[in-house]
Amino acid sequence: MGRYVVQRLLQMIPVFIGATLLIFLMVNVMGDPVAGLCGDRECDPATAARLRHEFGLDQPVWQQYATYMGNLFTGDFGTAFNGQPVTELMGTAFPVTIRLTVVAILFEIVVGIILGVVTGLRRGRPVDTGVLLLTLVVISVPTFVTGLLLQLLLGVKWGWIDPAVSSEAPFGELIVPGLVLASVSLAYVTRLTRTSIAENRRSDYVRTAIAKGLPRRRVITRHLLRNSLIPVVTFIGTDIGALMGGAIVTERIFNIHGVGYQLYQGILRQNTQTVVGFVTVLVLVFLVANLLVDLLYAVLDPRIRYA
Amino acid sequence: MPDQQQPYEPERAVAGTGMGGQMDLGASEAITLEKAPESPDGTGPQDRPRSLWSDAWHDLRRNPVFIISALVILFLIVISVWPSLIASGSPLKCDLAKAQEGSQAGHPFGFNGQGCDVYTRTVHGARTSVAVGVLATLGVAVLGSVLGGLAGFFGGTGDAILSRITDVFFAIPVVLGGLVLLSVITSNTVWPVIGFIVLLGWPQISRIARGSVITAKQNDYVQAARALGASNSRLLLRHIAPNAVAPVIVVATIALGTYISLEATLSFLGVGLKPPSVSWGIDISAAAPYVRNAPHALLWPSGALAVTVLAFIMLGDAVRDALDPKLR
Amino acid sequence: MRGVGHAKWAACAAAAVLAATACGGGGGGGDAGAVLSSSWGDPQNPLEPANTNEVQGGKVLDMIFRGLKKYDPKTGEAKDMLAEKIETSDSQNFTVTVKDGWTFSNGEKVTAQSFVDAWNYGAGLKNNQRNAYFFAYIDGYDKVHPESGEQSADTLSGLKVTGPLTFTVKLSQKFSTFPDTLGYPAFAPLPRAFFDDHDAWLKKPIGNGPYMVDNYTRGSRMSLRKWEQYPGPDKAQNGGVDLKVYTDNNTAYTDLMAGNLDLVDDVPAAQLKNVKSDLGDRYINTPAGIIQTLAFPFYDNDWSKPGSEKVRKGLSMAIDRKQITDTIFQQTRTPATDWTSPVLGEDGGYKAGLCGEACEYKPDEAKQLIKDGGGLPGGQVKITYNADTGSHKQWVDAVCNSINNALDNDRACVGNPVGTFADFRNQITDRKMSGPFRAGWQMDYPLIQNFLQPLYYTNASSNDGKWSNEKFDDLVDRANAETDTAKAIGLFQQAEEVLRDEMGAIPLWYQNGSAGYSDRLSNVELNPFSVPVYNEIKVG
Repeated sequence: MGRYVVQRLLQMIPVFIGATLLIFLMVNVMGDPVAGLCGDRECDPATAARLRHEFGLDQPVWQQYATYMGNLFTGDFGTAFNGQPVTELMGTAFPVTIRLTVVAILFEIVVGIILGVVTGLRRGRPVDTGVLLLTLVVISVPTFVTGLLLQLLLGVKWGWIDPAVSSEAPFGELIVPGLVLASVSLAYVTRLTRTSIAENRRSDYVRTAIAKGLPRRRVITRHLLRNSLIPVVTFIGTDIGALMGGAIVTERIFNIHGVGYQLYQGILRQNTQTVVGFVTVLVLVFLVANLLVDLLYAVLDPRIRYA
Repeated sequence: MPDQQQPYEPERAVAGTGMGGQMDLGASEAITLEKAPESPDGTGPQDRPRSLWSDAWHDLRRNPVFIISALVILFLIVISVWPSLIASGSPLKCDLAKAQEGSQAGHPFGFNGQGCDVYTRTVHGARTSVAVGVLATLGVAVLGSVLGGLAGFFGGTGDAILSRITDVFFAIPVVLGGLVLLSVITSNTVWPVIGFIVLLGWPQISRIARGSVITAKQNDYVQAARALGASNSRLLLRHIAPNAVAPVIVVATIALGTYISLEATLSFLGVGLKPPSVSWGIDISAAAPYVRNAPHALLWPSGALAVTVLAFIMLGDAVRDALDPKLR
Repeated sequence: MRGVGHAKWAACAAAAVLAATACGGGGGGGDAGAVLSSSWGDPQNPLEPANTNEVQGGKVLDMIFRGLKKYDPKTGEAKDMLAEKIETSDSQNFTVTVKDGWTFSNGEKVTAQSFVDAWNYGAGLKNNQRNAYFFAYIDGYDKVHPESGEQSADTLSGLKVTGPLTFTVKLSQKFSTFPDTLGYPAFAPLPRAFFDDHDAWLKKPIGNGPYMVDNYTRGSRMSLRKWEQYPGPDKAQNGGVDLKVYTDNNTAYTDLMAGNLDLVDDVPAAQLKNVKSDLGDRYINTPAGIIQTLAFPFYDNDWSKPGSEKVRKGLSMAIDRKQITDTIFQQTRTPATDWTSPVLGEDGGYKAGLCGEACEYKPDEAKQLIKDGGGLPGGQVKITYNADTGSHKQWVDAVCNSINNALDNDRACVGNPVGTFADFRNQITDRKMSGPFRAGWQMDYPLIQNFLQPLYYTNASSNDGKWSNEKFDDLVDRANAETDTAKAIGLFQQAEEVLRDEMGAIPLWYQNGSAGYSDRLSNVELNPFSVPVYNEIKVG
């Protein structure tokens, strides 16, 4: 197990280098960002050249990459076009987004799994149909609309929440945005749990457990649920990215200055330093998340072993 | 083996006994259920052993859920190919004077913000949306489950490499990928969009399939088959795939809906389908900001998307049930 | 300035300048110490006066700086602020006298040197100032800001300090209205602190305007407080302004409805239909110096060949401007009938109807004209726009539908979105456009010259379509040299007629500024640059 973890951690090095290179090239392929900096006017050639030089864009790509990586190891993630160091942007964006992601994942885990268990045990009953309809609504109505309507209803009409999240973004203010963010994933988690539960409730070990006379609560949580969670855990592991880097819409609606927003701006403005910096951190998050998921497999199903 | 037994029936039967209602009954209900399929009162042609897959097909044909969802899907395909069958007007004919007006004679769904007929656009939007949804989902599901399944089954270096590749893919923001990969393409067909979704979508299914296969291969019957000398391909196809496919189906059917919306996101970014393309996603995202004033313009394309997803979810459920030998 | 669009990021706009003048003055209730909150967008560039070319940064500069001139918030007229007088005898050499008694908020005196240092800094190539070209008329600019290579001088030879409060400006050519451009924030004076500790200044800018920066958190908020010792006539009527960064104007609007925000100066298009019911009369919609147009790639033979002006005119007549501005924009735009803006006023050169029938919706004539001109190149026009800022898609689709209806062809016109603003600009700069594309202009200063010369003069910096016409250039040159304002304007209008006859760009509509505010506020107005006149707002 220890060796497995070390091995996985070592794999992060090539992935890290590969990912940064890939993203670096992708942003580079988008073209010259300087044209977008002077408004609708053509930048005067001298200033444009100066700006290119300042951002290092006048060097060959491989050299830009080498310089960037070199700086990275000294903790210098470069500077955004507005003169703000990328580390400063990350310092403000990541804590907020991590809180938002935690709220969203808690929703997925708690609400998603409970709904999944209930519907899985009652397939075809009204509760199952009701949840299915909710699922359809969540999938077919854009998050934008859900968020907007919740904001109008809870924020303006009933005054339960503030429509916009303050810049400190404490957990309390992130509950509604977290729910909106989690909504589509909730649909996945619910249906995945439902299917697994429905499948496993007929398996031998559940029958055995019941035959032994174990209390049903214990059967459900210890036997049925535990064995049904592998696909769910896998899904949540893959979803962290969508939650952290892709919360563009949710972050916009609730005015959260998080990773999704910074990344989106960085991409639209073709700011290599911002994009590569943020994505690099995201890749690390994925590597860790997926390592945890793999380790969880072994916890959930003791037959799975890692050498 | 009562192969004519439909999966939903026993549960309904149980519900009918008045045992339902409390959650704690769920587990005991499970027992009843399991017993039913085991009762040896099957009268089907069980003396003629069928393969799992033909068994499944046999089940499906008699499952009303399957039949209804298949009919809905067939209908969607027909109007995708011949939209003018039920909507003869042009989806591009728009009169701004009628913007956001509600339902009226000849225009049952009203008009959208540009004054285009919502009914005509919803019907004509099916082609793009169904094509993107179905083909992208198929692509993602096939590519993802094959790669993920193999990685999970064989493990080792191949698995490590594949998993790390998926890690990198997960981290590529859709916006960036879209702007880079799609902006260079000038073709205004659905294919680049589908290709793009497959490219960015497969890692998710791949990881789900991998996880399922890792679990399924631990099962006793798999170990037993292996001990009996079953080949890898037989193990995978015959023993593991049917037991690992459920999560893939679940994720794929829901993803189908999200891919239809994703097409709109790409169009919104200016890199997806270019005007004058018509699709549900494009109309949904155009109507979304105006939901306070013209909810009908959002409702109908969203409704069409919901029905499509529902049909595929039910179809997926039916297929999954048919593949589950424990239900038989 | 530039461009238009209500998108925050669009590099649009120019900075606005503005501010209000001392018009209001005293009187009327309100708690002079109360602070209001207002929506803001994160400035795109560092907040230096000569480096700010969009409206969000301009908003702040307008509060913390006062220049030689200031544009009247109602009329847009350039009035003396720090200037005691600006004299010239030949429209080329100017003597500027600065008023005595002005200081920066840190106590440092504002002198002639404060201006000269600031302008030299703004023009210097090594300082990477986006607005350096504003100083291009000043003699010696080619040394300080050469087209290529390093700068060979640090100071503009045309600027000379002649006394504590006087300096002279020598221009490289005649430019009679030069003094009227000096209200633009790039011409603001800078304190020594700006040069001595630049980083600290950027973190907390120090200026000479009615407000001072109390607290600035990059990317989220800026607190500005009334500067009690402000020596100018336009003192703040409130205790201060808290600018809160919103990434989506719709959120700001919702926050306003919920009572968490006092002022939104960019009402989202989707909510315009609801403002009456949401806000009642706490909504203002006033003309701003912004015009939107469709430019054409004149480097493409399809659009420069003889007869193509008929096609352009036909397209213009196929656009039902009134219906689009009423329906899509809910009257926050006004159909354009010339190439300037109503905020200039009749005296300033705005001439309603100058475009004539070419800007009226006449579908039948449109069809005929396009036919006469040889039809649409390739049978279809694609209107290119950038998809990342503003909601351009909506109006482009509406324009296309209008053209399609007029021409009875569902596919005569389609929108052609480009993913990013930078890519859009690159396609323009690299001359890759093949059909009409979105163009717009937010004035830098309220002069007719600013609506014509930068956009249509041969090789001008914002002449995106590369339209070129000798007659037009000649008329503009003559107008600039003309010292009699009325005559100069007449010449500019003649030039505009040349532009009309060639249909060098299709004018679409004039953009208004719109804002909504809470019931705590009164006396809220937008200046011609569509920026709220903060110092006049009363709270309570």
